[in-house]
Amino acid sequence: MATAATHQTARTLAQDGQDGQDGTQADVDDTAAYERAFDAAVAADERVEPRDWMPDAYRATLVRQIAQHAHSEIIGMQPEANWITRAPSLRRKAILMAKVQDEAGHGLYLYSAAETLGTGREELLDKLHTGRQKYSSIFNYPTLTWADVGAIGWLVDGAAITNQVPLCRCSYGPYARAMVRICKEESFHQRQGYELLLALSRGTPEQHAMAQDAVDRWWWPSLMMFGPPDDESAHSAQSMAWKIKRHSNDELRQRFVDICVPQAESLGLTLPDPDLRWNEEREHHDFGPIDWTEFWDVLKGNGPCNEQRITQRRRAHDEGAWVREAASAYAAKHSASGAGRGVEQA
Amino acid sequence: MTNTDWPLWEVFVRSRRGLSHTHAGSLHAPDAEFALRNARDLYTRRGEGVSIWVVPSSAITASSPDEKDPFFEPSADKPYRHPTFYEIPEGVKHL
Amino acid sequence: MTTTSVPTAAALALGDDALVLSHRLGEWAGHAPVLEEEVALANIALDLLGQARVLLSLAGDEDELAYLREERAFTNLQLVEQPNGDFAHTIARQLYFSTYQHLLYAELAAADGPFAPLAAKAVKEVAYHRDHAEQWTLRLGDGTDASHERMQRACETLWRFTGEMFRPVAGLDADWPGMESTWVEAVGDVLRRATLTVPEGPRSGAWAAGAGRQGLHTESFGRMLAEMQHLHRSHPGASW
Repeated sequence: MATAATHQTARTLAQDGQDGQDGTQADVDDTAAYERAFDAAVAADERVEPRDWMPDAYRATLVRQIAQHAHSEIIGMQPEANWITRAPSLRRKAILMAKVQDEAGHGLYLYSAAETLGTGREELLDKLHTGRQKYSSIFNYPTLTWADVGAIGWLVDGAAITNQVPLCRCSYGPYARAMVRICKEESFHQRQGYELLLALSRGTPEQHAMAQDAVDRWWWPSLMMFGPPDDESAHSAQSMAWKIKRHSNDELRQRFVDICVPQAESLGLTLPDPDLRWNEEREHHDFGPIDWTEFWDVLKGNGPCNEQRITQRRRAHDEGAWVREAASAYAAKHSASGAGRGVEQA
Repeated sequence: MTNTDWPLWEVFVRSRRGLSHTHAGSLHAPDAEFALRNARDLYTRRGEGVSIWVVPSSAITASSPDEKDPFFEPSADKPYRHPTFYEIPEGVKHL
Repeated sequence: MTTTSVPTAAALALGDDALVLSHRLGEWAGHAPVLEEEVALANIALDLLGQARVLLSLAGDEDELAYLREERAFTNLQLVEQPNGDFAHTIARQLYFSTYQHLLYAELAAADGPFAPLAAKAVKEVAYHRDHAEQWTLRLGDGTDASHERMQRACETLWRFTGEMFRPVAGLDADWPGMESTWVEAVGDVLRRATLTVPEGPRSGAWAAGAGRQGLHTESFGRMLAEMQHLHRSHPGASW
């Protein structure tokens, strides 16, 4: 489907809104032919690019997933930004600021990928603000102590990376490329979290207790980040067929648990699961049952911070409206230097 | 588009001197000056670039995927454009 | 002390300016008016924090200085500790401070003193901060009626904190009166281009004049420090 030539610049669909799915042009036979070509291309591991024909459901699934991913980055800034002003050393403060900044950047990469599918960022943000699109439930948990910053880095970012690395090979080109960039930049996020926890674990008894408490609170929600079990996951099968998703929820969750167990040992911290043990036969760790009632409850909006997170996001957006308006008004007045021509620096 | 909804720009970054600008992604900005600055902050904050172009997304004209065959396939059967098409006796140098 | 040794008081004054402003900008995280600006403000905050760390380290242990000094021992300008307010306030503060910092660091970079290496690096960062502030001042001033009004008010409110910047700092070899007239001219030029009126009020009051440099601060600063230092102070001697 994709060619090298369209790969880089074929991005005008957000403007022309056509994108090859115009029902008046393509009769039923053509659609079937397009669909066969699409399926064949995906099966052959070719990348789908923005202006290629794609099934409506594929497009809708991608918009939903990429938007949710972008929203998660943006909302995910909040629990960590909560500690920027209290970071206990200047080194940690710099790291945390850079990390929260990266999350804004990652949100922007992802919104930009979603926009290639013909949905503008303003519309996506509106859906977030009005609760019509979701973000990862993990960010509805509070950051109560400094150690939570470490636990988020180690466990939450660790789980995110486990999810995201396969997305670098996602069938949709712009999403896959955004993920490559994000994964590259995120490699420091997890490490800084681990290092932070290690310093606490090896620190004073109070610091150690703070670290253990954070791991106790973040472990289970992190496991929930992989989504419901495979047999209850609504979108999994189709997403795997489309190669948007490469591994099942349970598969990735198991991989994450196996990775974390030795890492926790090195940290000198305990994972809060009495059933956690190595299974010789499966060559994986067995782990205890996940409280899916809590998962669905938080998803439905009853988590500790759902209201607070979305309120802050909406407030920032609303309070920023006059600023965005001012810049638009200025651009309109000085349009000679505004939209309509490209600009080069150095 | 509402008046708070900034237009979309495509960003091209030259990663180092001697290389072409490559498409890095897109962003929103009210005007070209800010598009350039936002691009600098977003796409080169790890030292990824020495030069940036920004272009309004609406200014890009792209080939259509439907025209893929007429556009690109004719060039696939002209192997004589490539140096490996030619047989040169062994030992001939600087060719 | 050799002649090349760093004047501690000057390192603290400049370091505190950078530290405190960086902290204030860090408060914007998650609250910026547009996502692109989250990235821009964080970049500026990180540059300033980097400068602060170098400068404080010239005077002692960076964390001890940042986290264990009392309010009266901080010698930053009152301007940089002013709360963020709305985006216009933040931009006015940025315009006033980055123009000052740009002029000062350019002088320090050109001179052969102990701050020359730091200033040579920082002057490039600060040039960008200044550009960012100027670009926004133009857009807010010459944007909508509402933005014009907010920007004008912000410029007026912070104006009285700008005189302090040009009180000579012991150990810094700079042409303070020359810098001040250049600053007034440069800021005035930006404000006029932004269709704003250059504030007419005094650039220092009985209280504001030079007070930050002497350890006298405004009310909100104590609260800012309480938040910044709380965790560090709660665990004496701990490493992080």
